[in-house]
Amino acid sequence: MIDYLKEIISGTWSLFVGLGITIRYFFQPVVTVQYPHQTLSMPPRFRGHIELIKNEETGGTKCIVCGMCQKACPSNCITVNGEKREGVKGKVLTEYILDFTKCSLCGLCVESCTPSAITFSKDYNLAGVSKEAYIFDLKKRLEAKN
Amino acid sequence: MTVDPEIMRLLAFLVGVIAFAALNAAYLVWLERKEAAHIQRRIGPKEVGPFGLLQPLVDGIKLMTKQLIVPDGVDPVLFKIAPILVMVPAIMSFVTIPFSETLVARKLDLGLLVIFAFASVNVLGLLLGAWGSRNKYAVISAARVVSQNVAYEIPMLVTVVTLVMISGTMNLSEIVGLQMGGFWHWNILNLSASPLMPVAFLIFFVCMLAETNRAPFDMAEAESELVAGAFTEYSGMGFGVFFMGEYANIVIGASVATILFLGGWDCPFGLFPGVHWFLIKMYFLIFTVIWIRWTFPRTTFYGLLNLSWKILIPISFFNLILTSAMLKVF
Repeated sequence: MIDYLKEIISGTWSLFVGLGITIRYFFQPVVTVQYPHQTLSMPPRFRGHIELIKNEETGGTKCIVCGMCQKACPSNCITVNGEKREGVKGKVLTEYILDFTKCSLCGLCVESCTPSAITFSKDYNLAGVSKEAYIFDLKKRLEAKN
Repeated sequence: MTVDPEIMRLLAFLVGVIAFAALNAAYLVWLERKEAAHIQRRIGPKEVGPFGLLQPLVDGIKLMTKQLIVPDGVDPVLFKIAPILVMVPAIMSFVTIPFSETLVARKLDLGLLVIFAFASVNVLGLLLGAWGSRNKYAVISAARVVSQNVAYEIPMLVTVVTLVMISGTMNLSEIVGLQMGGFWHWNILNLSASPLMPVAFLIFFVCMLAETNRAPFDMAEAESELVAGAFTEYSGMGFGVFFMGEYANIVIGASVATILFLGGWDCPFGLFPGVHWFLIKMYFLIFTVIWIRWTFPRTTFYGLLNLSWKILIPISFFNLILTSAMLKVF
């Protein structure tokens, strides 16, 4: 009989403890981010698709068209093309095509890049209706950004 | 042409009661979503109107535009009248509830009895709807609802009998009238009648949760086990009416608890009694009902029956005997 009453009282008390916990949460501030209105800034090691880094001196790219990234890519999704120009030392980048439909974000291209001309972007809002929407011309992208 | 003022009064109350029930049913859904969200530290509905206040309206329009699917093989009559059987008794019960000394549609001498008579129809509605839908989940749900309600009707009615013994009347206005003059006169603290009155209130509240099929006793719906239980085959407004009936029943339950235990429209400090105090107490109880839903997980079916037959019924009978002894002695 004593055990029966003890169990009822301790059981009832545990229910009130539970209610106390939830009411404390009720008055604490909201922790969710209201996504389309607010966005989180991505952490530094976030891996989006790669993009070219702007050369602060010339305003162009840092790329020297060595083709190391193209060779390092295990899925062959990078195509780099360049040309010789009068009065310019080395090659000049004409197009940098990334086929993001095949990319696995392994980062070997970024590691192999000698002049550190490419990096991971922080872009995660990607949506499209065709496969072609994910074949990026990174040089045009950089120019559009400037 | 002269119109009998009594008829005008009844019409005004008819419109008022239906509007009050429908408004509560709609906005309690909003309150439930907001409260659930804040307990989980989210915001909840916020896009439609300020603070998402137009959400219930938009939800209602969405439900009304949906097709009312009547599956093959259902009982055509029972399937259709079941939602109405849940909604109508809830609205009917509002007729006898005194919101304040003057604001009551009908002062019935047996008001308490009328409310409990109508409350039991709610279960019948669920049972018929589930049986009529010819769905195994619905039938399992119906069996659970009936045994749950049989189990919880007993401690609830025994507690109410205790209160009727103390008050000596079944007229709800008179029951409140006996509790006027500050919170120490309320039945929940009426320790001279029975030292177990706060426990009686707890028993009544738990039984009210079970009778309205609210979590943690939501065996009727049990969405993780029985799809949607008794509502599995209902679509569009058929489901919507069930849902509104459920919330209207919660309002009735909270109102009855306010009247029986918390002194109705009486102010806790003896100042300015009125309808606002009734509404504050009633909505606080409804807030607690929702708060409980978002705190506790659903009980097992055995746990639910054990709670009723092994704990609530013995204690409520003990309280009944204790109260009658105290009434006899003092």
